[in-house]
Amino acid sequence: MSCPITRERVVELYYLEHRAKLLDIAAFLDRLDRARPGDETASEEDFRIRSLREALKILSENEPGRARRVLELFSDPSMEPLESAAGLKGAFGTYPGGDS
Amino acid sequence: MKYIDPHIHMVSRTIDDYQRMAQAGCVALTEPAFWAGFDRRSSEGFYDYFRQLTVVEPGRAAGYGIQHYCWLCINPKEAEDLSLAREVISLIPLFLERPNVLGIGEIGLNKNSKNELTILEEQIALASEYNELILVHTPHLEDKLKGTKLIMDAIKRNGNIDPGRVLIDHVEEHTVEIVLDQGFWAGMTLYPDTKCTPQRAVDILEMYGNERLWMNSAGDWGPSDPLSVPKACNEMARRGHTQAEIEKVSFKNPKTFLSQCSKFKVDG
Repeated sequence: MSCPITRERVVELYYLEHRAKLLDIAAFLDRLDRARPGDETASEEDFRIRSLREALKILSENEPGRARRVLELFSDPSMEPLESAAGLKGAFGTYPGGDS
Repeated sequence: MKYIDPHIHMVSRTIDDYQRMAQAGCVALTEPAFWAGFDRRSSEGFYDYFRQLTVVEPGRAAGYGIQHYCWLCINPKEAEDLSLAREVISLIPLFLERPNVLGIGEIGLNKNSKNELTILEEQIALASEYNELILVHTPHLEDKLKGTKLIMDAIKRNGNIDPGRVLIDHVEEHTVEIVLDQGFWAGMTLYPDTKCTPQRAVDILEMYGNERLWMNSAGDWGPSDPLSVPKACNEMARRGHTQAEIEKVSFKNPKTFLSQCSKFKVDG
């Protein structure tokens, strides 16, 4: 299966929707800048935001497979099972680094 | 247009959702056993849940002309307690002969822990022993890629499981190819915030083809949409895909996989 419609039609159908999503990300980063730090001693940016900034670079690449590469960027690269999941249920959305 | 929702948690939905799904063309659904949003304290809680899946929900669905099937297991989020998990596994054979039980599922991993993996392997062995189909849950977000690989390795280690009788669910762009390449079926779950949107699911179909792939809503107690399968069908139509292509993904493919269990019957 390939996409049956033309590039022009893809733009017509989806441009405004994705323009809005891009503005949401821009506004989110602005909101983050305006917000008061919760921990005044924290020197490093939250790992999720660092990862989001890395993902934004992938969007500017000219190679196909951007969605896949963004998901791989967010993924735990290790293959060893975690020692215990006691007390753990959810996920962060991106790999925090260190021991998974 | 008739369709099958092959993964939806109707115990979390109101009767209105059955009505809306029927109006949208749903003729059959399958409901895997899953986490209730809290850890159950004893195996008796699971016994009652299995009764709900095999007795109560088929009755609710029948009220709207929808055939209800289910899968039984202990889900990976409650697999960290090995003794409780093993008690629950011992209950499953008591229900396997029920007319709407299609197999073992949704088994898999959540945080990719050693205990989760142990219980996954024991449930794969159970499916092998009883020659049951398997429906696999893959982990969320950053844990998905690693978990999908660990799960496929565990299935292969068993040695007696035909990958064509296993559906690995919740695939996304970074996992769909490795799942299909190893001969498994793959499921795309349509969620508003996590997993796939209907648009991305159709993108995946366009990139990887429509063989051994299905779409499901996995509607549950979290942000989810029980009508997301017909919405994805509309997305396919919007892009100019044919009715035959839409029917293949939303009806024929799930029918083909599920019909490997002789209990699954659906017209068309």
